Amino acid sequence: MTLKNILLALALGLIAAATHAADPLVFNDPAMEERYNDLTVELRCLVCQNQNLADSDAPLAQDLRKEIYEMMMSGQDNEQIKTFMVERYGDFVLYRPAVGGNTLLLWLMPGILLGIGAIAVFFTVRNRNRRLAADRQKG
Amino acid sequence: MIGRLVPVILFLALGVLLAVGLKIADHKTEIPSPLIGKQMPEFTLPVLGQPEVMVSHEELIGTPFLLNVWASWCVTCRVEHPVIEELARSGLIRVVGLNYRDEEADAQAWLARFGNPYALNIADITGRTAIDFGVYAAPESFLVDPEGNIVFKQIGAVTPEVIEEEIVPRVREWGKGP
Amino acid sequence: MLPELGQIALIGALLISLTMGTLPLIGASNGNQKLMRVGQTGAIAQFFLIAFSFVILTWAFVVQDFSVEYVARNSNSLLPMQYRFSAVWGSHEGSLLLWELILCLWTFAVAIFSKKLPDDFRARTLAVLGWISAGFLLFVIFTSNPFGRLIPQAVDGLDLNPLLQDPGLIIHPPMLYMGYVGFSVSFAFAVAALLGQQVTREWVRWSRPWTHVAWAFLTLGIALGSWWAYYELGWGGWWFWDPVENASFMPWIIGTALIHSQAVTEKRGTFRNWTLILAITAFSLCLLGTFLVRSGVLTSVHAFASDPTRGVFILTYLVVVVGGSLLLFAIRAPGMVQGSNFAGLSRETLILLNNLLLVVMAAMVLTGTLYPLLLDALDAGKISVGPPYFGTLFALLLIPLAVLLPFGFYARWQEDSLKRLLGELRVPAFAALVGGVATYFLLPTAGGWGVAGVAGAFWIMASCLRYYRERMTANPGQRPGRGETGMIIAHFGVGLFLVGASLTNPVSSEKHLRMVAGDSFELAGYNFVFEGTRGVRGPNYVADEGEFIVYKSGKRVTSLYPQKRRYSNGQVMTEAALDPGLTRDLYVGLGEALNEQGTAWAVRLYHKPFIRFIWIGALLMMAGGFLAATDRRYRRPVSQKAETRPTDANLAEAPA
Repeated sequence: MTLKNILLALALGLIAAATHAADPLVFNDPAMEERYNDLTVELRCLVCQNQNLADSDAPLAQDLRKEIYEMMMSGQDNEQIKTFMVERYGDFVLYRPAVGGNTLLLWLMPGILLGIGAIAVFFTVRNRNRRLAADRQKG
Repeated sequence: MIGRLVPVILFLALGVLLAVGLKIADHKTEIPSPLIGKQMPEFTLPVLGQPEVMVSHEELIGTPFLLNVWASWCVTCRVEHPVIEELARSGLIRVVGLNYRDEEADAQAWLARFGNPYALNIADITGRTAIDFGVYAAPESFLVDPEGNIVFKQIGAVTPEVIEEEIVPRVREWGKGP
Repeated sequence: MLPELGQIALIGALLISLTMGTLPLIGASNGNQKLMRVGQTGAIAQFFLIAFSFVILTWAFVVQDFSVEYVARNSNSLLPMQYRFSAVWGSHEGSLLLWELILCLWTFAVAIFSKKLPDDFRARTLAVLGWISAGFLLFVIFTSNPFGRLIPQAVDGLDLNPLLQDPGLIIHPPMLYMGYVGFSVSFAFAVAALLGQQVTREWVRWSRPWTHVAWAFLTLGIALGSWWAYYELGWGGWWFWDPVENASFMPWIIGTALIHSQAVTEKRGTFRNWTLILAITAFSLCLLGTFLVRSGVLTSVHAFASDPTRGVFILTYLVVVVGGSLLLFAIRAPGMVQGSNFAGLSRETLILLNNLLLVVMAAMVLTGTLYPLLLDALDAGKISVGPPYFGTLFALLLIPLAVLLPFGFYARWQEDSLKRLLGELRVPAFAALVGGVATYFLLPTAGGWGVAGVAGAFWIMASCLRYYRERMTANPGQRPGRGETGMIIAHFGVGLFLVGASLTNPVSSEKHLRMVAGDSFELAGYNFVFEGTRGVRGPNYVADEGEFIVYKSGKRVTSLYPQKRRYSNGQVMTEAALDPGLTRDLYVGLGEALNEQGTAWAVRLYHKPFIRFIWIGALLMMAGGFLAATDRRYRRPVSQKAETRPTDANLAEAPA
């Protein structure tokens, strides 16, 4: 039993000390807190690349969250913060791809495909409609 | 008939993309640096072990150097270290160390144990300057030219191949040595 | 000794699948009954061999045979028994064996339940399934063998990834694979029909129940994945547009389009080529998904450990199967326009529009998932495409889909009048208005999307209910059969899903804060009181367990016990605590300890309204799919006619 307790205490100590974790950031303004949450969800963690900046526990993510917090407190808007991130880490850090240049095709493809498809559907339906009318005339 | 070939053709194009994807899969988590070709970020940081002595980025302009981002908690840095030592010893280029988010005592102990090839070691305790450099993992290294521009970034350990292919040619171009 | 038997069984199955792939095809073209029957005997033999192999692997896990390398890498002496079973598919090799087992199960089912199919058609279908199986077995035997030995034997295993030590792992992959692999049957039917030039309405009628069941399983598998990720992984998120999630969603979308296309082809004889190509595309997307998960081409939470050899193998397999079938389609698909004609305003047109929107949706997901790879391959930079892209475009495409849905419900086949349709839709329109207005006033944080989403959901659900009532009361002799009832249930589920999906994000509240014992915080009317933490131990972990008591208007609602666990292999994991409810979930997660003594913690509190509607809606879709598959008409002989239609039962045409 004693050995187990020692192991338990050790494990808990390890859990507690394993992180030099930053305290959760304190917001006095709920609107700003929401803005912070929405922004950090749209940014990608560079270490744990499958997570966004809001959810990641990586030390770099904590540092960047703190950085973003301070920028918001000093009055910077979302565009300025995103520019800050992109200047240092490139477009990779944005989960919302920019519109334009490289990514024009990405954003426009669905609309273009829908347009082409709608035209194809139009002609198909018109074709069928005419055949139906022809059938009726014959029969 | 042509209309019905469209799916096959589209699919084969997809197949080509996936084949290329397989070839570049090893590098898929590497993020290229947007700082290539630009002036290195501004900073003023203390020397490791001498907190009263500050070094600014301007002081480093003039002679090219390799900025090696390292830390005592970084396992790969230990693997990389002999290569860095060899590079410094060869006199090809000076190596400046950026000690990233480390405790001074730990960093000094690490250098004492594994060797200190650095011409200069600056301490980035908070990691803020590293963020300005776009550092996201250790080790990383930045090759800076005589005008202070970043010309190349190595993500991960510097290897003899990297030195041969990326550093040597550029140093020759600059025609200078330390 | 046993693992070697498992390997031998795999090789035996491979030989059988190769035989199954060739002899019945020869038999079908010659009319040789004996050769054709090889398909059925092969399917049965193959299934038993693979089942045997799977049981052996499972046994190795249960008795903890660490001389088998796969067991040593995915298990541990402390691993609880239920997870020893699910660890079998905990990583690449074993999950492939599960894939193969389920493929053999479906093939076996086709062999048993296809007595009414013409012999040559059945033979060809089983042959195609045999080839698919052969490819997978080659892959398993040569690159991903789960029976490899570890010499010397490991003293103890590395342990199953703690994230996978959860009931979710026990059911999510099997159900998902049932769906994924199930689309191989519609695929095989399509290819067999092309090979034998039998693209008839009968063919579609035979393939419908199989498609429904596969689609229902896939719906279940995806819903389980979402629910599992919600309570285990992300902080209250239920869908992340992760590449592998997208890989399962794309076949689902195309599968939905396929079901609708099959309905038209069965009833009216039109859209044959669409039904063919959708059947091929659905399974192709399943194979593509398998490639993306295991090749290492994309970064993903789900990705198995990758290996270039494996990637090349699967890609080759993909190109052969998909490229081959699409080429077959180009050459053999029936040429002339056939089937009944229809007017501009008709159910046919609306289903055509529905399918167009679904195909664009799938294309959008594919583009977004692969675009970063495209740019990287062209050396044009590294970008990310995430939820802001997928979510926005998905919502935009959903708008016309939701609006048109009830039109499709009420529209008559062949021709309908706008005036009559609009008359039917008055009540649903009114319901939409009520839903939208109610949301606007009762849930101020819902926003434009929330209000629109609920209005759309009410629009859909009211149509379903009204349609059902009409069909039940109109003609007592002609009550809706299971097919129609299943359809109504499934579409009602879509509406319910839409309520959850539209409301949960905008109306949720969350708070990350520092708490010590005695602290409390009020979130969305609920008071969370932190009572501190204590140490607990599990079978293979130790943990800090927090106690939170939640009050509402002074009354105690529940107690929640989130944990921060450290497993025997060193990994630290958060186990969130959940109070589920129909109208809201309460969710508490322990972040990091903020001081040495472990008395102050970073805590995450969540109030998530209507989130269960998402999965209940999905379950209704699944239920509708299963119910529709059992419709009696699929078991009826060919001659019965339920409505007058032109006598074009056989629509096979000479190739163009």
